[in-house]
Amino acid sequence: MTHKFTPAGTGGLVLQEKLLWEKGRKGREGMSLVKSDVPPASLPADICGSGPDWPDLSEQEVARHYTRLSSWNFGVDTGMYPLGSCTMKYNPKINETMAALPGFSGAHPLLPASACQGSMRLIYELESYLAEIVGLKAASLQPAAGAHGELCGMLMIAAWHRHNEKSGAPRKTKVLIPDTAHGTNPATATMSGFTEVKVPLGPKGYIELAQIDKLMQDDVAGLMVTNPNTLGLFEQELADIIALIHQRGGLVYADGANLNAVMGYADLGRMGVDVVHYNLHKTMSTPHGGGGPGSGPVAVSETLIPFLPGPRVVKNGDKYEWQTDLPLSIGRLHGFHGQFGVAVKAYSYILSMGQNLKKASALAVLNANYIKEKLKGAFDLPFDQPCMHECVFTDAKQRAAKVSTLDIAKRLIDLGYHPPTVYFPLVVHSAIMIEPTETESKEDLDAFIAAMLEVAREAGEEPEKLHAAPTLTKARRMDETTAARKPVLTGDMMTGESK
Amino acid sequence: MIELKDINIPDDIKYAEDHEWVSVEAPFRIGVSDFAQDALGDLTYVELPEVGMKLTKGEEFGTLESTKSVSPLYSPLSGEVTAVNDLLEDEPGQVNSDPYGEGWIIEIAPANLDELDELLDAAAYQEKLEQEE
Repeated sequence: MTHKFTPAGTGGLVLQEKLLWEKGRKGREGMSLVKSDVPPASLPADICGSGPDWPDLSEQEVARHYTRLSSWNFGVDTGMYPLGSCTMKYNPKINETMAALPGFSGAHPLLPASACQGSMRLIYELESYLAEIVGLKAASLQPAAGAHGELCGMLMIAAWHRHNEKSGAPRKTKVLIPDTAHGTNPATATMSGFTEVKVPLGPKGYIELAQIDKLMQDDVAGLMVTNPNTLGLFEQELADIIALIHQRGGLVYADGANLNAVMGYADLGRMGVDVVHYNLHKTMSTPHGGGGPGSGPVAVSETLIPFLPGPRVVKNGDKYEWQTDLPLSIGRLHGFHGQFGVAVKAYSYILSMGQNLKKASALAVLNANYIKEKLKGAFDLPFDQPCMHECVFTDAKQRAAKVSTLDIAKRLIDLGYHPPTVYFPLVVHSAIMIEPTETESKEDLDAFIAAMLEVAREAGEEPEKLHAAPTLTKARRMDETTAARKPVLTGDMMTGESK
Repeated sequence: MIELKDINIPDDIKYAEDHEWVSVEAPFRIGVSDFAQDALGDLTYVELPEVGMKLTKGEEFGTLESTKSVSPLYSPLSGEVTAVNDLLEDEPGQVNSDPYGEGWIIEIAPANLDELDELLDAAAYQEKLEQEE
């Protein structure tokens, strides 16, 4: 059979662009300032440094600079971005239209409640939707990103334990965290005053009741669990595990990074989860990464409602009010009320999807399984079982040709795709974690699969192509080691004019 | 990734399942194996513990950060940290270039030398790596 493959990425005009410090001319400015009509007063010399080395540029030079840089970029509006565990789904443009409505975008966070009833209604309703979707009782929009949501969850669990310790419950100092957890989980546990106890995975890729039974001692505050886990597998024994943890006085924090797989299907309330965080920028289609900011609301069980951050929006008759009398609350986690603009986008998404939120999860899982089945002949699949919204391969079949996961990822760039997540989760050696999301069509999935198969073919026949990749991008292989060991963080360091 | 047959596994030290090594006589130095440094890739940062930290076997005492990932270091022995390799603060790459020499990470005063017997010798470690391949 002859092999036909047309890559989505092709060559084309790539504009050069210098650093800001290499452009412009001494003394050039982008604006004219009004002449000062007060006499200058100089500051004492000992508190003045030499000042930053500002580039001297016109407005047009700045506009062209960033426009050209943006043309080297790749985002979900450019093409498929199968970055496992990040849920890089398409961000519908209606979300932006809604967030730009002047009533929302112009609202000052210090407005009196009487002047921002609409914004307060949105906070109130979005919190109730987020709680409802996962089967929990209440929510808070305050956490500003995923890791902040984690911190919020664990601070509430800590506060609950400290409250109970006052009436004689044993002191809790540890938290159970499975091997597959996101790196932020142990960091969050530490920030909340706990030490981490690692839970090894069972042979099938998920945590087992017997392990938890052994580790869940009197001094353990509970479990941090991601379900589906970062291998894209649903935690089979979770309901029993949670029951055991509750029975021994612990609580359960669920990391919501992978909620996109289970929206409307998994009832975390019935599962026994006490707190879960959402990544609105993953699950609810708000922008992600540089397009952010993120937003990491938490939803909680009845147990943790009194510990939610405050102030909270409550409804009194047909009026919305700020509730500030919250004696057990962990307090404010945000200067104001969370990433409100992001909340508007998530609210817009939830209302425009309605019942189809459930379908989004179904298609996200179907798409991942489709890719898994189509690629498992060409790439090693360490856990060959039905996956959820993402699937994990390795470079084991390519290793003989000295082709690594990194080479495969770099070659995909040449073919017009953002690389998948690589070398994560850590429990899989040289992992390639692909998450297509529900927003890619069958044609897009087939084109991506064809690109992956082409990379696998090249790895066997022309491995030098993979070692040299990427070749079509503005920058080639980066020297990541030197960049991390000896970072150059300012423009003047770059041009060698450092003062 | 180098091949298993090219991995250096000295037979005068002991190994933990998590790929740390420890010397079997004083000074009891702890580092990571050639396999571990190769799997991690170029290290960019080594987080070291404080001298005097008391460790129980299996407890985390630091982290290795590479361009690929961040990995915890687990102590193969119980005991007190008596020295840390400050060189690694500026030159984390020593762990890659000389994992059993200049790339050592901490020295420990073991609390219980019997724990050495629970660790893998070079042959058993080699076998473990082969099985996982």
